[in-house]
Amino acid sequence: MRTQPSLLSLAIDTAVLHLSHFSDLSPLPDHILLDLLGRTLKAGKLNEKVLNLFMATGKDEILSVIQALNIQHVLTPVLPTKFGKMSVVNIKDSDVDIIIGALRSDLTSFMNEWRSIFSRFHLIIVKDPDLNEELKIPEGFNVDVYAKSHMDHVVGSSTSVLFSGYSCRYFGFLISRKKYIVSIDDDCVPAKDEKGFLVDAVDQHIMNLTTPATPFFFNTLYDPYREGADFVRGYPFSLRNGVMCALSCGLWLNLADFDAPTQALKPGQRNSRYVDAVMTVPARAMMPISGINIAFDREVIGPTLLPALRLAGEGKLRWETMEDIWSGMCVKIVCDHLGMGVKSGLPYVWRRDRGNAIESLKKEWEGVKLMEEVVPFFQSVRLPRTAATAEDCVVEIAKAVKQKLGPLDPVFARAAEAMSEWIKLWKALGSGSLPL
Amino acid sequence: MAGSSIKPTPLLKDELDIVIPTIRNLDFLEMWRPFFEQYHLIIVQDGDPSKTIKVPDGFDYELYNRNDINRILGPKASCISFKDSACRCFGYMVSKKKYIYTIDDDCFVAKDPSGKEINALEQHIKNLLSPSTPLFFNTLYDPYREGADFVRGYPFSLREGVPTAVSHGLWLNIPDYDAPTQLVKPLERNTRYVDAVLTIPKGTLFPMCGMNLAFNRELIGPAMYFGLMGDGQPVGRYDDMWAGWCMKVICDHMGWGVKTGLPYIWHSKASNPFVNLKKEYNGIFWQEEIIPFFQSSVLPKECTTVQKCYIELAKQVKEKLGKIDPYFIKLADAMVTWIEAWDELNSSEGKPAKLLNGTA
Repeated sequence: MRTQPSLLSLAIDTAVLHLSHFSDLSPLPDHILLDLLGRTLKAGKLNEKVLNLFMATGKDEILSVIQALNIQHVLTPVLPTKFGKMSVVNIKDSDVDIIIGALRSDLTSFMNEWRSIFSRFHLIIVKDPDLNEELKIPEGFNVDVYAKSHMDHVVGSSTSVLFSGYSCRYFGFLISRKKYIVSIDDDCVPAKDEKGFLVDAVDQHIMNLTTPATPFFFNTLYDPYREGADFVRGYPFSLRNGVMCALSCGLWLNLADFDAPTQALKPGQRNSRYVDAVMTVPARAMMPISGINIAFDREVIGPTLLPALRLAGEGKLRWETMEDIWSGMCVKIVCDHLGMGVKSGLPYVWRRDRGNAIESLKKEWEGVKLMEEVVPFFQSVRLPRTAATAEDCVVEIAKAVKQKLGPLDPVFARAAEAMSEWIKLWKALGSGSLPL
Repeated sequence: MAGSSIKPTPLLKDELDIVIPTIRNLDFLEMWRPFFEQYHLIIVQDGDPSKTIKVPDGFDYELYNRNDINRILGPKASCISFKDSACRCFGYMVSKKKYIYTIDDDCFVAKDPSGKEINALEQHIKNLLSPSTPLFFNTLYDPYREGADFVRGYPFSLREGVPTAVSHGLWLNIPDYDAPTQLVKPLERNTRYVDAVLTIPKGTLFPMCGMNLAFNRELIGPAMYFGLMGDGQPVGRYDDMWAGWCMKVICDHMGWGVKTGLPYIWHSKASNPFVNLKKEYNGIFWQEEIIPFFQSSVLPKECTTVQKCYIELAKQVKEKLGKIDPYFIKLADAMVTWIEAWDELNSSEGKPAKLLNGTA
């Protein structure tokens, strides 16, 4: 029979959960430190920051344990000072929400793969309202789970249809109150870079969002704010301050985000090319923004990521959706209008093989056809000067969608309605005290 | 056979000229031999024409010095810069080939992360022979590369792409920084190999570096004038920049694409940042006006050829930039002279330029 855990033991367990809040462990007595280290390792919560915390105590026993286990730092070289180019913004872990749309019920393996990266943060898991099974989520995370019942309670059951399928994550975006959101599909796990190190996707996304973007002039050495890079000769100095980065779009190794026809034609093609770059997508350049691996500044463009375009035959595989592509086109237009940047490139995630492209193609090719109407529309959208906030911009785009695209296909008329509905929701529930 | 390097398959060897400006020597060609030997070289010798520049044995080349330029162009030779690598554009003018690759004499063969030597020319040719996608950004970069494709959401009607006019390569080791950045970061080296080629979107300008550049001469040749730089001019080290901005505006107008990224070469020489600062000084201030000028430049529908576009641009330069400094009026005139010279040398009835031969 197990004895009750002691108060000390409970305290150490709690400390493990809140490691990211500590800045100095040296006041702790040695034996407690050792215990804490052991439990941190067991919980899989050792990362660069936490390792530094322990090593900074300077305690011999700790250091010899680290040495005995052959735990090694990922070495970063000492770099010359940044000449005021980089925003020295201190991002707290509590500024970030990680929002996961759960389209499958067993999230155990997903969460465990991401543990060392996610466990510092608050997580919001939103269950697809069409999913009947109970979610299986492993222990050790600071997580809030939302399901259909919450949606019905907050927005009403007729409106909660907005959040079906992949769009369930938007409910999370709506009720989050953090500045930065990172959102990753539940069939992705951390990728490894070319040196074999695990990519901390959250860290890279936050880095992208907290360094300026450069949408007005292309830098041929890509992101000038990265270590070892800078603006090249010929880059105007007045543009070197950059603008705020509102959205960070990551990429995918293994199963890339191709559409069904493309993947069906090349069933064996997997993305193995790790392109070590982040770049700002220039202003006025349109792009397909995939929802699989993104992060954004909720304070600045929150309302622009929206559940609107729902295909008639929308399914539970990305090949059978266009909602994120539509949302992304809106985001890019709004960012261009408001003078903010969108970055694309790192971080990579590893996307697991799932589904069958040919089956999806048979079921749903409507999305591919619709893009042909969508692109010329977004190319011609002009937002009035008076649209000064993200909400204003969305309202204007919705109006234009209703007018110009609505007559072409009922899917667009519904999208316009959904956009207006969404803005109402956002205005009512997107800020202030939590509705739940 | 032990010791002999595998020669890469030459593609377009009778359709491509390699243009190299030099004032020093051409020793760097030894390293490039396995990649360049099959191609015809056009050497543009800058500086003192009485100096003899030795070309390593085995290369097929023609060499032009200042005397040749003056003889061939007569009074129009005034548009070709002296004491600046901008003189290389004379090589573009006299070439008879469809494609040009230009490289600086301090650029060597780089290695990719696996340690393999990079055949820069082969990659440029691949870039030029496959379409560009300036109308819609592909997040997986060049979709025509092996192992890549268009991503979900990329409209099918845009997947054919447009012809590629320019392939802009990059540099490992000494990066192409301006003088102020060089002064502040003298030790920074570009060690990051970014395994991507991408199309620069329509409507977006970029700083085009002439160190490792290839282009379709038949398409965009007349727009590749590298301006008035060097001796007797108030600015230097803006030759390729100027050409790049003119070129991009025209490519956007004509519906052609510009790619950047691979291939990398190894840039070995860091020029003196104080010397560079003196040369660039005016340019650093002027570019603040020049960029908005190019960003807002509109070419009328009637400009249906590159030459017409270029003449129109020259007019606009004179009108709008002339007030910044009389240099721009001179430059605008030189741009027109360049087009006149180009048309003269390249018209079907015109006399072909007299060649000074070096034979293999």
